[in-house]
Amino acid sequence: MQLLNLYNCLPTYLVIGALLFAFGVYGMVVRRTVIGMLISSEFILAAASTNFMAFNRFLAPDPVVGQIFTLFIMAIAAAEAAIAVSIMIAVYRNYKTIETEDLVDLQG
Amino acid sequence: MQALVCQPTAAPALFSAEGAVGVIFLLTVALVVTGALIAVNANRLVRAVAGLAVCFTGLAGVYYFLLSPFLAMMQMLIYVGAVSILIAFGIMMATPEEQQTTGMKHRSILAGPLAFSVGALIFAALTVLGLKTQWQVFPRQGAFDIKAVGMSLLTTHSLVFELISIVLLMAIIGALVLAQRGRN
Repeated sequence: MQLLNLYNCLPTYLVIGALLFAFGVYGMVVRRTVIGMLISSEFILAAASTNFMAFNRFLAPDPVVGQIFTLFIMAIAAAEAAIAVSIMIAVYRNYKTIETEDLVDLQG
Repeated sequence: MQALVCQPTAAPALFSAEGAVGVIFLLTVALVVTGALIAVNANRLVRAVAGLAVCFTGLAGVYYFLLSPFLAMMQMLIYVGAVSILIAFGIMMATPEEQQTTGMKHRSILAGPLAFSVGALIFAALTVLGLKTQWQVFPRQGAFDIKAVGMSLLTTHSLVFELISIVLLMAIIGALVLAQRGRN
């Protein structure tokens, strides 16, 4: 059963990362609200940290660096989510909507 | 080459300890994929956030399999505990009741297939890249444990550590200022 040995292989984790990244890009394109796009951007960041953790586990000489980088990505993602939600609340106060098709004042 | 990135090459039997670990890993991956599918395709935003939480729970399991229980705990704490709840609060505060769907009504028919093909292309390209590359393995020098992570945060990476704390402080102040503005 080679299937049960997948967790010891680097390509498995790379495929998981690629899958998360593709889901993120798909969601960014297909979503029409700011919150949906925020959720998709979280997937893109998660894909990046999955790849860092995979290379850290299998290839890196010093296995601390990848963990610390992933920790920093998590902090950045948390800050980004907080800022994005507060921007959403500010936009909602002015426009009474968060659908991207209604937020086109700069388009002229 | 494949033997280098797949560490023990012998496959375990299904009813052994290693086989059970493999089954748990497959379940974890299934959790990740299911959660991501729900989060990207759900019609209501609250369900998308629930899918996000499910997916990140599975991802914490994946981090555990990558020999980092500390990062798995941080993933549960930050993503599942904080970010998902924050987005749920955003949905509750910034969306009127009739608008809590993802706005599928006025969009082009082409948007769905186009987005799907873009995502599938990216996935195929990255997968081929990951499978075909001849990865080079370097000899291991350090340890995996949380003690090494803590030591490194206070010595080698201390500047980045301080910078990230400033970024987080700025984010807190900025979020407060942004949400305060326009309030009467």
